[in-house]
Amino acid sequence: MWERNPVIFLLLATAVIMVGTIVTMVLPFAYVNTERDAIASVVPYSALELAGRDVYIKEGCNNCHTQTVRPLVAEVIRYGDYSKSGEFVHDRPHLWGSRRTGPDLARIGGNYPDQWHYDHMREPAAMAPGTNMPPYDFLDNRDVDPELTRRKMEVLGFPYSDEEIQALAGKTDMDAMVAYLQKLGSDIPWREQQRVTLVGELVNPFAGDPAAIVEGRELYERNCAACHGSGLSGGFAADLTALNYPEEIFFRIIHDGIQPLRMPGFATLGNERLWKIVSYMDSEQVAP
Amino acid sequence: MERPAYNYDIVKHFVHWSILWGAVSVLVGVVISFQLVMPQLNFGEYLSYGRLRPVHTNAGIFGFAVGGFFALFYYMVQRLCRVPIWSNGLARFQLWLFNIVIVLSAVTLLLGFSQSKEYHEMEWPIDILITVLWVAFTINILMTIFKRREAQMYISLWFMMAALIGVAVLFVVNGLSVPVTLFKSYSAFAGTNDANVQWWYGHNAVAMVLTVPPLAVFYYFLPKSTGVPIYSHRLGIVAFWSLIFMYLWTGAHHLLWTPIPDWVQTLAMAFSIMLIAPSWGSVINGYLSMNGQWHQMRDNYLVKFFILAITFYGLQTLQGPLQAVRSFSGFIHYTEWVPGHVHMGTMGWITLLICGAFYYLAPRLYGRELYSIPLANLHFWLVLMGQLIYSVSMWIAGVVQASMWHSLNDDGSLTYTFMESVLAMYPYWWIRGLGGVVYLLGIGVFVYNIAMTARGAQASPGAAAQA
Ligand code: HEC
Ligand code: HEC
Ligand code: HEM
Ligand code: HEM
Repeated sequence: MWERNPVIFLLLATAVIMVGTIVTMVLPFAYVNTERDAIASVVPYSALELAGRDVYIKEGCNNCHTQTVRPLVAEVIRYGDYSKSGEFVHDRPHLWGSRRTGPDLARIGGNYPDQWHYDHMREPAAMAPGTNMPPYDFLDNRDVDPELTRRKMEVLGFPYSDEEIQALAGKTDMDAMVAYLQKLGSDIPWREQQRVTLVGELVNPFAGDPAAIVEGRELYERNCAACHGSGLSGGFAADLTALNYPEEIFFRIIHDGIQPLRMPGFATLGNERLWKIVSYMDSEQVAP
Repeated sequence: MERPAYNYDIVKHFVHWSILWGAVSVLVGVVISFQLVMPQLNFGEYLSYGRLRPVHTNAGIFGFAVGGFFALFYYMVQRLCRVPIWSNGLARFQLWLFNIVIVLSAVTLLLGFSQSKEYHEMEWPIDILITVLWVAFTINILMTIFKRREAQMYISLWFMMAALIGVAVLFVVNGLSVPVTLFKSYSAFAGTNDANVQWWYGHNAVAMVLTVPPLAVFYYFLPKSTGVPIYSHRLGIVAFWSLIFMYLWTGAHHLLWTPIPDWVQTLAMAFSIMLIAPSWGSVINGYLSMNGQWHQMRDNYLVKFFILAITFYGLQTLQGPLQAVRSFSGFIHYTEWVPGHVHMGTMGWITLLICGAFYYLAPRLYGRELYSIPLANLHFWLVLMGQLIYSVSMWIAGVVQASMWHSLNDDGSLTYTFMESVLAMYPYWWIRGLGGVVYLLGIGVFVYNIAMTARGAQASPGAAAQA
């Protein structure tokens, strides 16, 4: 009988295991990465970006960071448009991850200026006080290997030019990492689609409220000082002490960000907190 | 009848190496848990968190758990088949290869050679070595079973055979990749497909490494320790077939709300819930086997290990299906809750079970009584405390974190920035680290106890009398 015959037992057990395997693992190949979920604007990685992606894998960033935004309200507000299957067709392996010790990075591309990433990678706590992300300053000391990268591009079948490979000479793993981060999630024009248009008159509800200025200063130090320096004094982004814009303009800038210059928008903080920051900035303006 | 010459030597060696790698894993676990509260503990590129964490998980699962199952399978297969191992030479080869693979894995992971797939990080040359290792093991176990002198195949043998093929299929498929150099390869699958294959593998690594083999161990060692047979062989059989059938459908519960096709997610959710039945089939079988024997929980230190282990397995298989429900997953996925779940399984179920089985083996391997039963009890309480501190703190942390991530103001803006949620985790991470230290102490006691037994030391008479 089968329960005494190991050969029959093994065949049966294999068959039993294969049922679920075929349905849930093999069958999806018929749906995924086909025309159904293809997105025309999604392009392969450039040589430098690919080198950066491999640094990401090498350093195990995926142990703390995910790369999929789920279609949940708070998540889309926090990170940006939810992820689509077609965005990942060039990802071998996928880097979706399973833990968010740090924030999701699927939409990080274009969020910050390059310099922010350089500073943050070298010393994360300088940009985000209290973070437990390890420093990666050693990436500055490792050079990208152009010939190896060429081989990788060939194995993956990504298009590249000789100039592109030559341009890799002199680039560090840090340069590659930043290039990769800036590419993430930016193949589809999600920012334009998600932009909220501010309508109506923009009036500061806290005008003349000294408490709002105090709170505003705190909010500023936490959210803006990494780029604009403590007390509006300027960092690698502009000094904000002598702008003298109308409050409404301040509000719009902070709310929307300045996309081409990669000043991130802060709409997620909510209007109340934004107006408090505006109050604070307004109180600190000096004549140019 | 003449007693066959069982090969306990190989069992002993696997026990020793498994314990060593287990201790390494736990030590690294404590280190990474403190790295999360003190980032200055990330020393340079080789010892930074992103590289150490895979060393922890792989040393735990493959060094400790799989190494332990090598030992226990070799012991059980000889006893259950009443023949010695088919090939001592092959087993010896496997022991060497096993340790070489573990060392190579640790070194290459620290050097940053990684495929990045969870629980399958090692690069392709090591994948090949692992495959050779597994094939050697499979041949040896199966040949022993083919040559057995016992007509019946006890249920433990079933679980063992299922694990042998299961792991082989999963590991090979998920490892398919195109090499660029000796240290770098790219997955054969892309994007969403790759994720789906990976979690088909990932979840069934849980099934075929952290569920099926330990159940084989449980079905053998519980009755051996209590001296009464398992409650129902038939229940065991039903649970077995439904378990190995259902597990393979559930991989996508790690991918709920991602771009994986919806129907795959829904199937995963449904089968995860159905999995409660076969999982609890084994739990109940274990409990009912204790009918009339519950006094042994007090009198027999071994039974405590096995019963607590199966209890954590029971809790694990209730919590798991809950996490596989879309709405709940939307909340706790990616949070600290998940390490809480993971470590109830690894520290509660797996470790208690393997340690209990090793204690059972100790007198048989070393030809003398265990050095100290009070120390074994101390070990038990320390790891239990450590694990509870770990899991409970992480569950609470996970709920707090999830709430902060999802909380919205009236105007639809977010209540908390991500950084605020990070800062809120620090107290819990400290508590978890503390739990880890307590647990590590427990493992230290265990190692000491086994080492003293191996050296033939006698415990002081006072200590033995307390037992
Ligand atoms: C120990 C976990 C950990 C590891 C490992 C880690 N990070 Fe982070 N990361 C964090 C945390 C926490 C934050 C949020 C606070 C901050 O900005 O530092 C963060 C933030 C970031 C951000 C900014 C995201 C945003 O939206 O503001 C980027 C970009 C980033 N990490 C990239 C990386 C890269 C690249 C690696 C690998 C080289 C990496 N991280 C490794 C924990 C980690
Ligand atoms: C990631 C870095 C970064 C952060 C964080 C940031 N900014 Fe900016 N900001 C920029 C960049 C880049 C510009 C473009 C001008 C420049 O290069 O300085 C800019 C421009 C501005 C301007 C317009 C300056 C002008 O000359 O017109 C204002 C106002 C401003 N930011 C306010 C803020 C406030 C308020 C916050 C916090 C809520 C903030 N920023 C946070 C990077 C940042
Ligand atoms: C019926 C049984 C089980 C079910 C349905 C189940 C379900 C799940 C689910 C849904 C997750 C994903 C959580 C998330 O990321 O949101 C998970 C993670 C995990 N479970 Fe279970 N679980 C079960 C039993 C077990 C057992 C017995 C173990 C043994 C140790 C275990 C170990 C793990 C591990 C290691 C992970 C983490 C995977 C990762 O993200 O890296 N599970 N489980
Ligand atoms: C003192 C004991 C231990 C400590 C302190 C510890 C600590 C940790 C830490 C800090 C993490 C990272 C969690 C995160 O991503 O935030 C982790 C992950 C993990 N550990 Fe442990 N660990 C211990 C014991 C074990 C043991 C004995 C095993 C296996 C046999 C194990 C298996 C795992 C697994 C599979 C993961 C991945 C979890 C996931 O992806 O969600 N751990 N551990």
